[in-house]
Amino acid sequence: MTQTDTLAQIRAIAMSHAQAEGPLLPLLHAVQDRFGHIPAEALPEIAQVLNISDAELRGVISFYHDFRDAPPGRRILRLCRAEACQAMGAPALIERILAHLGLERPGTTDDGALTVEFAYCLGLCACAPAALLDGLPLGRLTDAALRTALEEPQC
Amino acid sequence: MLTLYLPRDAAALAVGANAVARALKDEAARRGVEIRLIRTGSRGMAWLEPLLEMEQEGERLGFGPLAPEDVPELLDNFDTHPKSLGKIDEIPFFNRQTRLTFARCGVNDPLNLDAYRAAGGLNGLEHALRLSPEEIIRDITESGLRGRGGAGFPTGIKWETVYKANGTRKYIVCNADEGDSGTFADRMLIEGDPFLLIEGMAIAARAVGAARGYVYLRSEYPQAHATLSQALQIARRAGVLNRAFDIEIRLGAGAYVCGEETALLNSMEGKRGVVRAKPPLPAHAGFLNCPTVVNNVLTLAAAPTIMARGAGFYRDFGLGRSRGTIPVQIAGNVRRGGLFETAFGMTLAELVTDIAGGTATGRPVKAVQVGGPLGAYFPPYKFTTPLCYEAFDDQGGLIGHAGMVVFDETADMLALARFAMEFCALESCGKCTPCRIGAVRGTETLDRLRAGDPAARPLIEDLCETMREGSLCALGGFTPYPVLSALRHFPEDFTPVQEAAQ
Repeated sequence: MTQTDTLAQIRAIAMSHAQAEGPLLPLLHAVQDRFGHIPAEALPEIAQVLNISDAELRGVISFYHDFRDAPPGRRILRLCRAEACQAMGAPALIERILAHLGLERPGTTDDGALTVEFAYCLGLCACAPAALLDGLPLGRLTDAALRTALEEPQC
Repeated sequence: MLTLYLPRDAAALAVGANAVARALKDEAARRGVEIRLIRTGSRGMAWLEPLLEMEQEGERLGFGPLAPEDVPELLDNFDTHPKSLGKIDEIPFFNRQTRLTFARCGVNDPLNLDAYRAAGGLNGLEHALRLSPEEIIRDITESGLRGRGGAGFPTGIKWETVYKANGTRKYIVCNADEGDSGTFADRMLIEGDPFLLIEGMAIAARAVGAARGYVYLRSEYPQAHATLSQALQIARRAGVLNRAFDIEIRLGAGAYVCGEETALLNSMEGKRGVVRAKPPLPAHAGFLNCPTVVNNVLTLAAAPTIMARGAGFYRDFGLGRSRGTIPVQIAGNVRRGGLFETAFGMTLAELVTDIAGGTATGRPVKAVQVGGPLGAYFPPYKFTTPLCYEAFDDQGGLIGHAGMVVFDETADMLALARFAMEFCALESCGKCTPCRIGAVRGTETLDRLRAGDPAARPLIEDLCETMREGSLCALGGFTPYPVLSALRHFPEDFTPVQEAAQ
């Protein structure tokens, strides 16, 4: 995809949301759904279409944990570390999984295969510890179950 | 033809419901047996998921928790299968409930509008459409319904304020930003009975004169998002939603503080999710400065029952000024976790011991956190507290969204208190100083306490008082609840290391 294509797509997404009541969050979600992150070159386009300042736009993007400024790995694992999962041993599980993946903290593996993020409650508290792998819920997690899920082909 | 029911609720999917569904279809095809597999919401008995149900002579028989490898034996003989649970209605966890809001959840395909109607759905809205706004508001007020999001504000008064507010444009905003750990009732309802929420929002719209509604749904719930999107389309095609009132979903973006209503409204307007000072109340100047009802999912979902069955019917359940039912969510380290809808008034002991059956690990219960990350930790000697707004207030706690997270004796209360501060620091919107700075200093001070600094204890108490009195919203204001309750009820966990060594 060329730079011009990217900008044209971002502009089209921005225009399609411009008339909504409070368009910015749905617009940012749409951009991230399309590109996996909010590309830096998107910012002037979005700011112009919505008639807001660059500072305001950056302020909003940086406020929300969901929005990324760099592309994620091919798969995304969100590990819950809220209280219900803690009660079922999540802290130790998370530590072991990060070590297994060669990560010191949440982030993307060197080979770009996987991005690990922390989540604070996935609403799966009665089958803790829990995670989301590419949006699919995983519960009653064990090290073995999580490794198996990560090795399975992406669906 | 064999009719089977299997949930597609996120909690059931998380423990392999789709693999069980595939095994059922494959095995049935291999045997040439015709089956009809209906995917439903969840009954809320999470420890039994994946929970398969079979219809037999008008009764539902349950089997669970199932794994794909159980399927061949199950199809050989349902009656004597080791995972047979008997009649669903007779499982104690289920038959001790009073299911009003969750009556239909887990029974049928959540996107089957005909089944929803056949089970009494839309009766409430049809009744409301025959009433004047004043009459609807009177019924909601008389039912005693209070906001189920946590604050417990009387719903009828909120609706009346919006109804009487000046303005041609008014909004219904459903707060589905269910961020509290240990809570999943909103998710379960949206995935299991989305038309009930739509009906509730339509009733609220009729009462206050709103033409547009929004559901602010957290992004951590992709299954709920998919189900609600489909339900809205179906409701539009059927004319339940129309030009007079329509609903749109707005996805959150991972900010816990957006569950606070004014931060939520800012977020919907495309701003940072920063808390607004009140007044003005959202009821007077909410979304885009227009009068706005902001209600939790469960509050709105209670309205159809009140409309259909009368204010008195609903008010007859409950204790003191806490009327109706509350879906308690039992989670964490429990043997039987899930959603338990009951009239207000059950004690924590009944819920933790009788209903949940103690811990999953089999160790003694050490603490229960009620009301999410901002709720107090209760020690076992306080388990006589009945579940209602006033009793919890008296005990220095809060019901919040009625989530209960159970911990066994291995829990480190100092670590949990530190986590409360760490979470507050991570999620603070940054508008007020006690929350923004206090939470960071709180984690540091608890680290000092851990390291053996005796001066840290009075400091943390003082800091908590500052946060409680000086914060703009519940995030900074209530973070002291888990911290101070842990400190007071579990002093042994806060003994500085050096002192313990002496």
